[in-house]
Amino acid sequence: MADKEVKLMKGNEVIAHAAIRYGCDGYFGYPITPQSEVMETLMELKPWETTGMVVLQAESEISSVNMVYGGASTGKRVMTSSSSPGISLMAEGISYLAGAELPCLIVNCQRGGPGLGTIQPSQGDYFQACKGGGHGDYKLIVFAPNSVQEMHDHVFEAFDLAFKYRNPAMILADGAIGQMMEKVVLAPQRPRKSDAEIAAECRTWAANGKPADRERNVVTSLELQSEKMEIINHRLQEKYRMMEECEVRYEEIGCEDADYVIVAFGSSARICSATVEMARAEGLKVGLLRPITLYPFPTKRIAELAARGVRGFLSAELNAGQMVEDVRLAVNGKAPVEHYGRQGGMLFAPDEVLAALKDKLIKK
Amino acid sequence: MKETLIIAGFGGQGVLSMGKILAYSGVMQDFEVTWMPSYGPEMRGGTANVTVILSDRKISSPIAHEFDTAIILNQQSMEKFEPLVKPGGVLIYDTNGITRHPVRDDIEVYAIDATAECAKLGQAKLFNTMILGGYLKVRPVVEMENVMIGLKKSLPERAWKMLPANEEAIRHGGEIIRKIR
Repeated sequence: MADKEVKLMKGNEVIAHAAIRYGCDGYFGYPITPQSEVMETLMELKPWETTGMVVLQAESEISSVNMVYGGASTGKRVMTSSSSPGISLMAEGISYLAGAELPCLIVNCQRGGPGLGTIQPSQGDYFQACKGGGHGDYKLIVFAPNSVQEMHDHVFEAFDLAFKYRNPAMILADGAIGQMMEKVVLAPQRPRKSDAEIAAECRTWAANGKPADRERNVVTSLELQSEKMEIINHRLQEKYRMMEECEVRYEEIGCEDADYVIVAFGSSARICSATVEMARAEGLKVGLLRPITLYPFPTKRIAELAARGVRGFLSAELNAGQMVEDVRLAVNGKAPVEHYGRQGGMLFAPDEVLAALKDKLIKK
Repeated sequence: MKETLIIAGFGGQGVLSMGKILAYSGVMQDFEVTWMPSYGPEMRGGTANVTVILSDRKISSPIAHEFDTAIILNQQSMEKFEPLVKPGGVLIYDTNGITRHPVRDDIEVYAIDATAECAKLGQAKLFNTMILGGYLKVRPVVEMENVMIGLKKSLPERAWKMLPANEEAIRHGGEIIRKIR
C-alpha cells in the first residue's frame, strides 16, 4: 500500500505543527503536564531555522503571557499554552490582553482542579475560559476541539478570529485530547507575514514603529477617566455582541427528531456521541449538541430546540456543573435541564451518561 | 470491523510504542484509529497502559470501559483488565511474573512467553514487537505488509537499523503464542 500523507499524532504535538504551518511568529511557554509536548515538539521542530518563528521557554507562566502581550502589541501572531494551574497564573495577563484588544492564541489543556489537583483530563475550567478568569468585563473567543484534527484546525480558526476581532482566543482542550493520538492531515506551510504586511494590516493599532504619516499607536488597557473608560467598555461589548451574532459554531448529531438532547463539548462530546448510538439502538430519540465555540455559545440553537419541544436537556461535562448554567439560560425554563459529570480526572463511560439521562430526565 | 484493545503492563516494557505501531499500521490500512494512553507520573517500573481502537467507521468515544482484546503483561494489569474483556473476547498474557492466571471461561485465553524468549535470545528490546506478533497471529486485524510500514513510521530514523530484527520478532511472536482455552 502506498505511503499516505495522513499522520498519526498526539493532540499536543499537532498544536505545535499547526502553529508553525499557520505562520505563527512566536511561542512563549512554560512546561506543565498534560501539555508539555506542545513546547517539546516546537523545540524538536526548530521552526526558528525554517519559518523564523521564535520559541522561548520563559521562567514562568506570568512571563510567558506578558511576552505574548509584548509580541501581540506589535501585530505579530503569538501564542502560549499551558494547563489549568498555569492558566490561572496567566489570568491577569489575559485580562490585560483583552483590555488592550490584542489578538493572540492561548491553549489550555485542562487537568483536574482546584489547586494543583490532578494531571488527568477535566473540563473544570469552563467558567474560567468563558466567564472571565481574569478581572473585568471581557470575553475570550473559546474553541473546544474534540479530536486531534480539530486541535489542528482550531489553531487556524482561533488565530483568524483573534485578528478579525482584535481579541485573545483560547483553545480549551483537556488532557485526553492533548495526549491521545489520531489521524491528522496537516495544512500546507504558510509564510509568516512580513513586517510590511503587518504594518499595513495593523496600521491603526500596533506599536511597530511610527511612520511619518500617522499618529502614534498606544497599546494599553489603562484609562483613568471613567467617562472614556465606559466608552471603551461599550465598544468591547459591541464587539462581543458581533461575535455572538457571527461566530457561533456547533455540531449536531441526531437533534432533528430528538426528544432528549445531550449537550457536551470536547472529549466528553466524543464519549456522548457513543451514548447517542446506544440510546438510538434502544429506540430512544436522543441527540447530541456539541458547542464547538464555548464563547460565543450556541444559545440561539438550544433555544430553538427547546421551543421545538425537546423534552429535556442533559449537560454532560467533566466537572461539577458549569456549562449547564448556559444551557439553562438558553432553554429559559421551557424544558428540564440536568447535569451529569465526573471530576478529579475521572472520565464517564457512554452507558453511564445514558443511565444518567434515563434517571434524571426520562423517568420523570 | 472494530477492534478495541487494551495493552497493559509496566512502564519500560514498550506498551505505549506497541500501541503506536499497531495504530500506525491501522492508519496504513485506511482505518480510523485512536491511541489513548493512561498517562501519569509513573515512569519505568510503574503501570502503563494504552487503549487502541481500530475501526472502518468513525470512532465515537476513544475511551473504552470494556475491550475486545486485552494484552496483559503484569499481575496488576491482570487484576484490573481480565474482568473488562467482553464475553467472547480475547485475553493474551505473558506468563512471566503472573501469580494468578486468568480464570474466566467465557473468553479465549492465549499465553506468550515473550519475556523468557527474549531473555534466551539476549534481545530484551524486541519484547513488545514479539508480543505484537503474537497478537496479530490471533487477531489479524491489519495486513502484515501494513504492520511493517506502521513499524517503520513509528520508529525514529535512528532506530531504523533495528527494523529487520523487529520484523523477525513479529514473525517469531506469531510462532510462540499458544492457546490456553
